[in-house]
Amino acid sequence: MTAIARPIGDTSLRRTGTDWAGLAFHGVLLASLLVSLLILFTLIADVAGRGLPILAERGTDFLTAPTSSRPARAGVAQGIFGTLMMAVFVAIIAFPVGIMTAVYLEEYAADNRLTRFINVNIRNLAGVPSVVYGLLGLSIFVISLKNLTGGRSLIAGGITLAILVLPIVIITSAEAIRAVPRGLREAGFGIGASRWEVTRLLVIPHAAPGILTGTVLALSRALGETAPLILAGAVLGGFSTGGKDFVEQLFGRYTTLPVTIFDWARRPQADFRELTAAAIIVLLVVTLLANAIAILLRNRYERSS
Amino acid sequence: MTTADPTRSVAIRVDRPNAPSADAAVAREPAVDLRDVSVYYGSFRAVRNITFDAPANAITALIGPSGSGKSTLLRAINRMNDLIPGSRFEGQILYHGQNLYAPDVDPVEVRRRIGMVFQKANPFPKSIYDNVAFGPRINGFKGNLDELVEQSLRRAVLWDEVKDKLKQSGLTLSGGQQQRLCIARAIAVEPEIILMDEPASALDPRSTLQIEELMAELRARYTIIIVTHNMQQAARASDYTVFLNMGDDRAGYIVERDRTIEIFTNPKNQLTEDYVSGRFG
Amino acid sequence: MTISAPSTDRPLGVALMGSAARRRRERLIRLVFLSAALVSVIISALIVVSLIGGAADFVSKILPAQLLEDGWYPRRDEFGLLTLLAGSLLVSGIALLLAVPIGLMSAIFLAEYAGPRTRRIVKPVLEILAGIPSVVLGFFALTWISPRVVQLINPSASDFNLMAAGLGVGVLTIPLIASISEDAMRAVPASLREASYGLGARRITTSLRVVVPAALSGIVAAVILGISRAIGETMVVAVAAGGSGGSQFTVDPFEQGQTITAAMASLAAGTDQVVGSNVAYQSLFFLGLLLFVMTFTLNQLGDVFVRRTRQQY
Repeated sequence: MTAIARPIGDTSLRRTGTDWAGLAFHGVLLASLLVSLLILFTLIADVAGRGLPILAERGTDFLTAPTSSRPARAGVAQGIFGTLMMAVFVAIIAFPVGIMTAVYLEEYAADNRLTRFINVNIRNLAGVPSVVYGLLGLSIFVISLKNLTGGRSLIAGGITLAILVLPIVIITSAEAIRAVPRGLREAGFGIGASRWEVTRLLVIPHAAPGILTGTVLALSRALGETAPLILAGAVLGGFSTGGKDFVEQLFGRYTTLPVTIFDWARRPQADFRELTAAAIIVLLVVTLLANAIAILLRNRYERSS
Repeated sequence: MTTADPTRSVAIRVDRPNAPSADAAVAREPAVDLRDVSVYYGSFRAVRNITFDAPANAITALIGPSGSGKSTLLRAINRMNDLIPGSRFEGQILYHGQNLYAPDVDPVEVRRRIGMVFQKANPFPKSIYDNVAFGPRINGFKGNLDELVEQSLRRAVLWDEVKDKLKQSGLTLSGGQQQRLCIARAIAVEPEIILMDEPASALDPRSTLQIEELMAELRARYTIIIVTHNMQQAARASDYTVFLNMGDDRAGYIVERDRTIEIFTNPKNQLTEDYVSGRFG
Repeated sequence: MTISAPSTDRPLGVALMGSAARRRRERLIRLVFLSAALVSVIISALIVVSLIGGAADFVSKILPAQLLEDGWYPRRDEFGLLTLLAGSLLVSGIALLLAVPIGLMSAIFLAEYAGPRTRRIVKPVLEILAGIPSVVLGFFALTWISPRVVQLINPSASDFNLMAAGLGVGVLTIPLIASISEDAMRAVPASLREASYGLGARRITTSLRVVVPAALSGIVAAVILGISRAIGETMVVAVAAGGSGGSQFTVDPFEQGQTITAAMASLAAGTDQVVGSNVAYQSLFFLGLLLFVMTFTLNQLGDVFVRRTRQQY
């Protein structure tokens, strides 16, 4: 009558048999993790296998040549330039605005409807697909503000990307600021420091590592984005930047590494497959470098505080 | 002690090695004078109709059971409650005749004259030197910072222990040392009044005694108002005591306020006597 | 050596008012920060306004019947919306078929089985996977997944196909589902697990019968947000599923196709002359609005479930 499997008189503690179900389950779980690992591995191996020979063969020529319709001559120089410029735009637009927004929300804003609205709004922005940001970039910065930005220009693309990653910067910075212990602020106020002094001298230095991590995340995201730039006017296909000075290039046509990759990936010639892989390697290296620099900066901040 | 009633049993032994002599009952000018103070958090009143003054260069203790609003009251004096959204203040706090809550008074200026030491020591994550120098620096101090830091650390009875490691982080000190560092930090901006919110409650007995001895020395230069839930500490260390209790409306109110000797040996209010003899709280 | 020497020269009442210059500065700083915060509000407004404006323009210029056409060929004035919706649903469906099981099981492993050493290896792997640019994954889907996986299943599949794109999007979605589910499972208090183990249950039982049900809201949130992510994904489909000029209505995953997002990218990338007030250009905003509404609704729904997990514990 009893529902318990073991008879009441049984005092043995030994297992009544191998736990097949448990083992199998454990195995399935491990397998699912291995799938992710395998996918990552295969991707890297495939890309490396296709792309490394090109880099080995063409070396710096690949890095310094502009894009071209002929595989033997095509290079990622314009792509690298565009990607680096995107990083600059993100840094000068998204970082300051994002960090200041986070500071406002965590240190200055009262808990009223406006503040809650801003918070909800930022969370919504974080979930908007990147292609919609491209549409915003197209209609506002490429078309409406054509006279200011030069139309389908690097500036328009840069601003679009900065807007895209702004929510990430805000959310991660706000989290870092929120993690600063209350006692630290109290001590500052107790001494008679003003709110700006407390924020500038105590809160932000303490939150700096977390804020830097957030900016790294945002930067990595921005460097890998393609769709918004396609909509906002990045060039697919060849274009010449020879003879243009820096400012002209800002207001003129551009491409980035991911856009170049997209362009080449669609081309029918088989040779472009290898080139695409090589460009992917360059992109991953650039992204890795950016991450590494930022992590170094963050570690330096953590140690000195 | 001539008014002591032998039929009243008071459980506190009043042993006051640091107290001023009983003749020094000079009328002292109040350092700060609270008049009909009430503090609200939203619609909840935390303390009501508080009126008392804290004489200068003396130690005034605020005692009472939990919920009686002692900390709230203390924080009202240096306008720390301003930082809590939804808090409201009624009444006046007079400092040298000026109402600290007058509309154009800047709380930052208030806090530069009335310092605070917190329950849990909260030194900045900076060097010992920078901790003490922080306040003067943001005040635009132009003189010899090294001298000021040394003087503050000396007055906090910490100098000898840290003089060789001023560049080390303040967080490497022991609990008692950290609290003395916080006192040095508060002293460095040269306040008139130092508020202490249960400064020794997180410390071991020896450090607690050190803090109490320090308070006795500081009294010569500063006015001290201390919140403590440790009655023996209040009896030992303070000159004046304010006894707060939580009313039926959950707001704190003053039951009795007198010289410490009187509160503990000759309380006028039955409630006071019950509290100091440990019958409740 | 008093540092308050300057202020004691003034009467106390004045000194307590503080310096007007400093108060002005504090107010100004506050204003600057507030303006920064308002930028995000302005961006939202701009997005909504431009989407609605362009979409309204589009709808006013076409006949509703055009939306029911058999294919999406914007340059030929064929705006068969169902084509794109079918494509989006198909790709997302395939993506989730891959991402939900793997993501969920990875989460269970990380939350219930993994020791700190394993976590230190596994979590970075998932983070790297999450950080791969989508165009790279699109390339991988086209050059590896399509020939080696899809054409293995169905040798007559075209080189560009929706299944490869779906699997690629799935790979990108695994980390998202894994991390949100894992957070939800870790939020389940230890006391529940202890109660289960205390009754003599094994790990598999505790995980599946106690933890997963307790974390259900969070898991649902993960799936919903995964759907949102999959629907919003552009580049994997744009590279791997073909359909550069447009696409025909299909529900066959082994054929070429487009999703809403890929159609937008293809339209914008097609020629230099997208810019203008022609109907093809406005269709971009119509699609954008549709996409925005879909993902916004899903995100809100997901947030409801996320909040439910927080409220529980």
